[in-house]
Amino acid sequence: MTRYSAFAIAREAMRQHTGWQKAWASPEPKAHYDVVIVGAGGHGLATAYYLGKNFGITNVAIIEKGWLGGGNTGRNTTIIRSNYLQDPSAAIYEKARSLYETMSQDLNYNVMFSPRGVMMLAQTEHEVRGYKRTEMANKLQGVETRFIGPAEVKRLVPIMNIEGPRYPVLGALWQARGGTARHDAVAWGYARACSAMGMHVIQNCEVIGVESVGGQVSAVATTKGTIGCNKLGIVVAGHSGHLANMAGFRLPIESVALQAMVSEPIKPAMDVVVMANTVHGYMSQSDKGEMVIGGGADHFNNYTQRGSWQHIEETVRALIETFPMLSRLKMLRQWGGIVDMTGDRSPIISKTPLGNTFINCGWGTGGFKAIPGSGWAMAELIAKGEPGSLARDFSMFRFREGRFIDESVAAGVAH
Amino acid sequence: MSHRLGTGGRLIDRARPMDFTFNGKSMRGYAGDSLGAALLGAGQVLVGRSFKYHRPRGIVASGAEEPNALVGLGEGQRFEPNQRVTTTELFSGLKAVSQNHWPSLEFDVGAVNAKLWRFFPAGFYYKTFISPRPLWKHVYEPIIRRSAGLGKAPDAETRDADRYEQLYAYCDVIVAGGGVAGLKAARQAADEGKRVILTEQNPHFGGRAVVDGIEVEGQAAEDWVKAQVAALQAMPNVTVLDRTMVSGVYDHGYVLAYQRVADHTPGAEKPRHRLWRVRAGQVISATGAIERPLSFAGNDIPGVMLASAIRDFVVNYAVSPGKKVAIVTNNDDAYRTALALHAVGVTVPAVIDARKEVTGDLPAKARAAGIRVIEDCAVRYVEGGKSVTGVQLCRFNSDGGAVIETLACDALGMSGGWSPVVHLWSHCGGKLTWDEGRALFRPDANRPPLGHDGQGFVTCVGASNGEFDDEGEAAMLPVWLMPAQASYELRAKAWLDPQNDVKVSDVQLAAKEGYASVEHTKRYTTLGMATDQGKLSNINGLAILSDALGQPIPQTGTTTFRPPYTPISIGAIGGEARGGIFQPLRKTPIYDWHMAQGAYWEPVGHWRRPYCYPKTGETHGDAVKREINQVRKSVGLLDASTLGKIIVKGPDAGRFMDMLYTNMMSNLKVGKCRYGLMCNENGFLSDDGVVARLSEDTFLCHTTSGGADRIHGWMEDWLQCEWWDWKVHVVNLTEQYAQIAVVGPNARKVIEKVGADFDLSAESFPFMDWKEGKIGGIEARAFRISFSGELSYEIAVPASKGQAFWDKLMAAGAEFGVMPYGTEALHVMRAEKGFIMIGDETDGTVIPQDLGLNWAISKKKEDFLGKRGMEREAMVSPDRWQLVGLETLDGSVLPDGALAPLPGKNDNGQQETQGRVTSTYFSPTLGKGIAMGIVHNGPKRMGEVIQFQSAAGGTVAARIVDPCFYDKAGEKQNV
Ligand SMILES: Cc1cc2nc3c(=O)[nH]c(=O)nc-3n(C[C@H](O)[C@H](O)[C@H](O)COP(=O)(O)OP(=O)(O)OC[C@H]3O[C@@H](n4cnc5c(N)ncnc54)[C@H](O)[C@@H]3O)c2cc1C
Repeated sequence: MTRYSAFAIAREAMRQHTGWQKAWASPEPKAHYDVVIVGAGGHGLATAYYLGKNFGITNVAIIEKGWLGGGNTGRNTTIIRSNYLQDPSAAIYEKARSLYETMSQDLNYNVMFSPRGVMMLAQTEHEVRGYKRTEMANKLQGVETRFIGPAEVKRLVPIMNIEGPRYPVLGALWQARGGTARHDAVAWGYARACSAMGMHVIQNCEVIGVESVGGQVSAVATTKGTIGCNKLGIVVAGHSGHLANMAGFRLPIESVALQAMVSEPIKPAMDVVVMANTVHGYMSQSDKGEMVIGGGADHFNNYTQRGSWQHIEETVRALIETFPMLSRLKMLRQWGGIVDMTGDRSPIISKTPLGNTFINCGWGTGGFKAIPGSGWAMAELIAKGEPGSLARDFSMFRFREGRFIDESVAAGVAH
Repeated sequence: MSHRLGTGGRLIDRARPMDFTFNGKSMRGYAGDSLGAALLGAGQVLVGRSFKYHRPRGIVASGAEEPNALVGLGEGQRFEPNQRVTTTELFSGLKAVSQNHWPSLEFDVGAVNAKLWRFFPAGFYYKTFISPRPLWKHVYEPIIRRSAGLGKAPDAETRDADRYEQLYAYCDVIVAGGGVAGLKAARQAADEGKRVILTEQNPHFGGRAVVDGIEVEGQAAEDWVKAQVAALQAMPNVTVLDRTMVSGVYDHGYVLAYQRVADHTPGAEKPRHRLWRVRAGQVISATGAIERPLSFAGNDIPGVMLASAIRDFVVNYAVSPGKKVAIVTNNDDAYRTALALHAVGVTVPAVIDARKEVTGDLPAKARAAGIRVIEDCAVRYVEGGKSVTGVQLCRFNSDGGAVIETLACDALGMSGGWSPVVHLWSHCGGKLTWDEGRALFRPDANRPPLGHDGQGFVTCVGASNGEFDDEGEAAMLPVWLMPAQASYELRAKAWLDPQNDVKVSDVQLAAKEGYASVEHTKRYTTLGMATDQGKLSNINGLAILSDALGQPIPQTGTTTFRPPYTPISIGAIGGEARGGIFQPLRKTPIYDWHMAQGAYWEPVGHWRRPYCYPKTGETHGDAVKREINQVRKSVGLLDASTLGKIIVKGPDAGRFMDMLYTNMMSNLKVGKCRYGLMCNENGFLSDDGVVARLSEDTFLCHTTSGGADRIHGWMEDWLQCEWWDWKVHVVNLTEQYAQIAVVGPNARKVIEKVGADFDLSAESFPFMDWKEGKIGGIEARAFRISFSGELSYEIAVPASKGQAFWDKLMAAGAEFGVMPYGTEALHVMRAEKGFIMIGDETDGTVIPQDLGLNWAISKKKEDFLGKRGMEREAMVSPDRWQLVGLETLDGSVLPDGALAPLPGKNDNGQQETQGRVTSTYFSPTLGKGIAMGIVHNGPKRMGEVIQFQSAAGGTVAARIVDPCFYDKAGEKQNV
């Protein structure tokens, strides 16, 4: 793998950029791998990366039915924060956030992690109490957050209307070290690093069946033939139900559309990420200048990657009130992704009823921020066969046992 | 130098000149001009700068596909960035400024980027700025972000001065596009008696036909179009909308149409935009086609335009981009432009044609007119900087090494063929097929977007369907790069996306580096991500990509077409819903009175409730204290109208109630009330409230204010999805009643004074009973329930009598010093009494048992919602945190949400904890801080002192006590 650097660019500039290599190889699948990961989204790729990096397991294939990063990883609004309420959540999201800080260097690929700060507005007394509670919890969890007053909110975001009339801003939970990153780059950076370790990233290859012998996984059937494996990791977000079905078990997951939109690009107007959960909307400004806008998930189950107009409208209305100047901008593009929702809005990183088969899903509307932490924990689970401290609480069996990790408490919109 | 021609211009009115400014410079155009036409007419060729390299940019197109000519329009509260000049109608006094340059359009410092282009290939930022890490955060990223964006942001405090409107419409057929195909389709549907909506994005109908001057059904297009539009307008079943673009097609025939009602008359008393929300049986896309640029070096220089756009400018506005306009093409259609220019006396030095032999009728006409046609030829390089000065020509099949001629010209028209506008077909999943002959993607009629019935609901007609009236035209030659084997130096100057500065070499680099999916290429190079969303660049880009990958174009495929077709204003999406009513505002019948009293509001769902009623000079805290003291001492009134009131009625009502509530409800006696709990399937407490049995088959369920709609939905969910055969109806009557709580030791006296026609005494109307009758002459239902621990009557009257009833109570209470009290006093008093509050003590993780509410969980019932959930291992664990009261030793108020830390950390390095505060207040009644919380094994640890987080960052000691701080024996409420 040629290292990327300013020097490499200068060198290539002199020879018409003819020396660049493929970011990742596109090999034909082998007959057998130690580990097969289904799904080359951020979580699947990160899992593979840490299998190699932390455990030296590199005889790995990551199998993707479309183009890598083309699921929710390439559709999300890239908010990264770790100011979660419950201990297990705060632990894994904070691990992820800290890994994001050094990801560009780790991967030698600039993922443009931008710790610009994430602000969650409190617009009712109830929300004030809720965020103060989160602040208290975060203190003990080692997550730096601070409840700030309306004046500081206005100072950080001059385009915000903090005076109502409906929901005056009463304060905000502020995580200065949260921010955003370039979603595609995260997937591409991991894919490149995995490929460099000799792993196979196999695109345009759909897994259509899971084969087992004596209760242990033995292979996956794919559109490019059967691929054997000792261990299987299923990391397919909105399609988790399908894959679980192939592997012979059921999951407490519902798939719904979550939408986002961008405005046309304008000169820098907002430096931080703002989430307004009472009114259901959030916004940040991309490095290209677009205002990136999202809101709540649809209420009905769906696989189409399109959502209902009603949510766009609800979100836009809320944000016009929050940022009145938005009214003079235009919506450039809207899109949707299919998110995998669990009953307690927390993820699953778990063993499954099928031997040597592991699943990572349920990140729902908020898993981009978790990618490195989730990959780290999932790799440990696959490598050791047992969850480590980060994954332990996220077993899929927690629903049967009643060990919920309910985060919907803290955020109506959990991005 | 004016580019306005002496005569012609089918859309302009030379008798009505209009003055406007561009970058402060005064200019003049005519009524009917687009801003683009007026600028070009005034000789303004340079209109903007590109995104990445800050290259000079001119107008390329004549309509919605324009990628370059974006301006900031208007001022102050009417300023809008990124307005496309080609779709902006000129009006007198228009003010436009160009974008993305510093210090000026003509001299832009950012243009150094262009000099360094070799160092900024596609995706360069992924490869650099990586180390050292702090530089990224403190230097590189801030620089990248500062140079982001195109248009200026509206001022921070800007409030839009315009208003927006939305309309709902239903029709059998909506036709998008008012060209010949659209008019025909609309007419046909209309003649069949269907309800039709016809939309045209421009202020004028006719599309290309009227510009090209063809004949339709034996008539000149101009006349035919006029007649059709007039006929359609006269039909009662047809709505004809101009300036209206179908922006998106959504599932089930849902269509958004964006009407620019008053963009051209700012300040008029009209909504600026109107968003039509249409439910259509069928969608007909008659959206035409867009001409493709050609990829040759320097094709981004101002003055290089689409050949069809030049024709539009000449015919519609009598504007020519130059005095000497060359044309480069791979097809016959572009000769129409040559002829149109020639007809108005503009010199066409040559038509440069990539084809070996040029044979069609149109070229023959051009030749006959004396226009030179150069065959097998390519533009090698366009000379010029801020405008075109000439073009270097070379053989088409070459690498461009040899210049065969340099042609002097001041503008260049290019035509690479046409791409049908298939967006509306594709929004809902319609698939495309590749037409090899014309080199274009057209709708695949076999794979349309499907409606609710599994049938296609979008049809494309005319050019949008890839049908062109090109009889007599010779075949085109697909040309994706010019010259065909262009060298790197040329490819690196051949633009695909002129706004985002994506060049042929960038797409080739992406392919080389393995970004082989068309989506990867798009994202890696930003091709097609500009404000035109690739209307001009996508097909050319994916052809280059296919070539680089050595695969046929259809195998590469397109990126996804997403709404809107062109950007629509965010204001229009908001519509009328703004300010105080951006969400529905729910008001109780006593709302205006509260307002007049200066209530400080608290939003509760869509309701607003008085938090307290501060008097002059009082803080909110003072007001709350005063209100509580008065209630405890004498009497207060609470507007409890927001409380959920759901009727459950039917022969199976009791059975249903027993499933909904954890308590037994079916044995509740008529005339009695019972406090009940509702859990979700997982056993977590989701709502609580008092149930009254109104008759044998009727229950009235009070829910929390915030929970009413949710619980109503929940009930319907079970009745419709699971227990559909049970004979039960539920109705949400929350807004039908005003409910007023009369609370305090003097409550009874106040009601007696108002006058009730039933006995209010404790004996005949005890605690947890309800009675109906007249109070003060108003029909009322009174419940003896209490959330404060005081003697209390909650009285429901018809909503229409709410204010009158409130007034009577206030008048009668005057002698007792009656006061209204708000939600905060309510909260404090319930906490003093140890009552839980949904949302404070509960948060979706708490089961009734955690809150000491086991008494409300029936042991006799076989089943209820949440029963199995509560039996799970973790729910019955002895280690759960449970409800207690908390009292700081120093009387201070515990902070919200404070946790009780324990020494030691868990495996993830987090501090261990043993409890948390759920509600915490200063109690005026007790004169000190009181709190409720849940603590590990709490109820067994009465009297124990444990540490909680303090506001200052340390800890504060609190004693575990009974959660009821006030009148534990209930002597006050049961009188
Ligand atoms: C609009 C939107 C906004 C969001 N905003 C945020 C945000 O701001 N912050 C945040 O943290 N999170 C956000 N999220 C959530 C986040 O995007 C996801 O949680 C995260 O990307 C999930 O990553 P993943 O790798 O699990 O799934 P994906 O990226 O979806 O990857 C799963 C992959 O599996 C593949 N696959 C599926 N079935 C098969 C099969 N049978 N065979 C082979 N491959 C298969 C898919 O093609 C896909 O590539 C948002 C999501 C959406 C949709």
